Amino acid sequence: MLPELGHFALILALLLAALQAFFGIAGPMFRRERWVAAVTPAVAGQAVMVATAMGCLIASFVGDDFSVAYVAENSNSALPLIYRVAALWGAHEGSLLLWIMLLAVWTVAVAVYANRLPRLFAARVLGVLGVISFGFLLFTLATSNPFLRLDPPALDGRDLNPILQDPGLAGHPPVLYTGYVGFAVAFAFACGAMLEGRMDQNWARWTRPWVTAAWAFLGCGIAMGSFWAYYELGWGGFWFWDPVECASFMPWLVGTALIHSIAVTDKRGLFKSWTLLLSVLAFSLSLLGTFLVRSGVLVSVHSFAADPSRGVFILSFLIVMIGGALSLYAWRAPLLKSPAGFDLGARESFLLFNNVLLVIAAATVLAGTLAPLISGALKLGTVSVGPQFFNPTFMLSMLPLLALLSVGIHAGWKRGRLGTQLRTLLYTFIAAAVFGCGLVYGIYSHGHLLTPVGATLGIWIILSSLVDPVDRLRRGLSLPRAVVGMTIAHIGLATAVIALTTVQSFTNEKDLSLAPGTSAAVGGYQFRFDGVRPIEGPNYDGVGGTVVVTRNGAPIAVLKPQKRQYWVQHQVTTETAIHYSRGNNILVALGDDLGANRWSVRIQIRPLVSFIWLAAVIMALGGAIAISDRRYRLTKVAVEIPRAAGTAPEHA
Amino acid sequence: MTPRRRRLALVLGIVAGVAIAGALGLSAFRQNVTFFFDPSAVTAGKVPPGEGFRLGGMVTKGSLRRDPGSLEVRFVVTDFQHDVPVSYSGVLPDLFREGAGVVAHGRMQGGTFVADEVLAKHDEKYMPPAVAESLKRHGESREGLVTPPAATPQAAPPAGPTANTGS
Repeated sequence: MLPELGHFALILALLLAALQAFFGIAGPMFRRERWVAAVTPAVAGQAVMVATAMGCLIASFVGDDFSVAYVAENSNSALPLIYRVAALWGAHEGSLLLWIMLLAVWTVAVAVYANRLPRLFAARVLGVLGVISFGFLLFTLATSNPFLRLDPPALDGRDLNPILQDPGLAGHPPVLYTGYVGFAVAFAFACGAMLEGRMDQNWARWTRPWVTAAWAFLGCGIAMGSFWAYYELGWGGFWFWDPVECASFMPWLVGTALIHSIAVTDKRGLFKSWTLLLSVLAFSLSLLGTFLVRSGVLVSVHSFAADPSRGVFILSFLIVMIGGALSLYAWRAPLLKSPAGFDLGARESFLLFNNVLLVIAAATVLAGTLAPLISGALKLGTVSVGPQFFNPTFMLSMLPLLALLSVGIHAGWKRGRLGTQLRTLLYTFIAAAVFGCGLVYGIYSHGHLLTPVGATLGIWIILSSLVDPVDRLRRGLSLPRAVVGMTIAHIGLATAVIALTTVQSFTNEKDLSLAPGTSAAVGGYQFRFDGVRPIEGPNYDGVGGTVVVTRNGAPIAVLKPQKRQYWVQHQVTTETAIHYSRGNNILVALGDDLGANRWSVRIQIRPLVSFIWLAAVIMALGGAIAISDRRYRLTKVAVEIPRAAGTAPEHA
Repeated sequence: MTPRRRRLALVLGIVAGVAIAGALGLSAFRQNVTFFFDPSAVTAGKVPPGEGFRLGGMVTKGSLRRDPGSLEVRFVVTDFQHDVPVSYSGVLPDLFREGAGVVAHGRMQGGTFVADEVLAKHDEKYMPPAVAESLKRHGESREGLVTPPAATPQAAPPAGPTANTGS
């Protein structure tokens, strides 16, 4: 009964999304007050229906209803409860439902916030969100319905992919998707403005918190995926430039550009059409990411079961949404005029270069991601593009960006006189260089050419970011939360730079063949292998090894890596054991029984690797603090004034 | 400078920057893209000597050899037309097994493919499309060996990198 109820709820949600889209877009167009008034109820109804569908599917999973095909394929009666819930988004159909659910949550949030917006504009924004929701609901119902029944029902499920049976699965996809879907809000705000043919600084102020929130969630989601890959996949890597990682990284890069461009629109009323274009672009890349994952056109671990009809549908949807938005842009963008100019040395220039470099970075990632597809289509041979391509090209745009950040942060709006800041620039740079090189050569006494460069840039960013807040505090000026948030986010970026540099330069990794009782030395630590013994879990068995880690005779840790064999799918997984100590992570993974009483053991020491994930959290924290700034809460007043003034010019 | 000339300088600067980045990116592309070859292509000598590439195919059943206690492992990768012997030193991925698809990165050394990286996909039923296509091209129709991706019922995780070994 429940699956049918869920299916029915999903169909109702589709109809309500259609109404929401129609009323939201047509209402303001034809000035029908009643239509506009119907938008919010449609939003609420759609959210309730989607939540009902989600609840039904969760109930089917928890209640082990193996007559539902999706449950039978992704769950098992022996599966622990938490994974039975998380299995919901363990495969294609359910993760689409999660996508739709999160879009409904964002839409409700916009609807609640809409009382601060002009009525017609809010209706348009919700209408555009309705179009997106409609497309995804249609996609789900037409090609990937999670509620289909099996006849006869399966006796038991085929189990969740063992590699997904991990707490990481519970958190990573929802957070990542929240970020992905959040860019739909920015997209809808941009389309709303273009439909209205009007965009002012108020628009930027309304949109900014949404962009920042989506960006923060996406960053956290990417970091969670990276962390999960690090400890779960057994080889200790944290970033592989896998097509799907790239697909999530591109919207993040463009979103970062958008955050900076929209700041200029907010403060100075400039870069208007560019901001709109970036809003469209960020969401387009989210959609492209969905297309790449779902259609199976690219070789990736994330390739879900490939089904050509799905790929064709998403591609059509992609073309309709992006094509529609870009046509709208071509039609409306010429209406937007920037009222003022700026000096070459002004903050606007630096933010412009920031945007150019970030977009170039996103473009290189896109080129690398799509190259295998293009090469295959043109019969140029099957190629794969890996870190050898991505690392240098990505760095090419990132290094100037980091240097520009340290310089540009001192620049004032509109007028550029870096001359007055020359001394600050010089002092911070010298301090950073001394500190950075000192750290690198003091601690490690060796390194690549880029190691001191990375450390110096990172420290320079921290010092430069702190100049303005410290100056404000010293002069007794107020410190708005927006500035605090920005400073924290930039420090987060610097943390990531320093951590990445250190990890890339000083990782120590060895595969060893060890007999019980023997030891090996890696990176100043001693590893004694104490043999293996059998283990058994709720739905697997296997072997667990013991590795005792010491340093100069002092005990550091006892690590117990495992090799598990899951019963239902007969799949072997490696459970790494990791010791986290002041950022110096020691990872041990158990390999194979080599015969002659020996086992292969992988040992890996990655310094500061935890700080990469911490950096994402710091950046997200910065975003959260910036969102809480008062200026975004006072917009109600700011909105009412121009409306009361009727056709008064929108902001000087 | 007048505003117009300033803007011109700015635009020119951006165009130059983009052009330089594009040129550098393209050359990085030429140097750093890895090609994929199947055993037939390797046997036919299509691989430029000494160059690193990806080799894909099936691990021949019964070909896995290992001296007891040694990390060094040898196996044969086949596309059912030609075979290429492979040697690798290190921990093999969880999903590596005889009779399953594999993709390895490395270079040819005296008739043996010396792998520095062995890749396996998360899903044991998942066949890398390049491998599936190569096997199909070579007329292999023994049922059960070539599972088209469409028949893959299991999902991989929604984000996170490829399982691999080596670095």
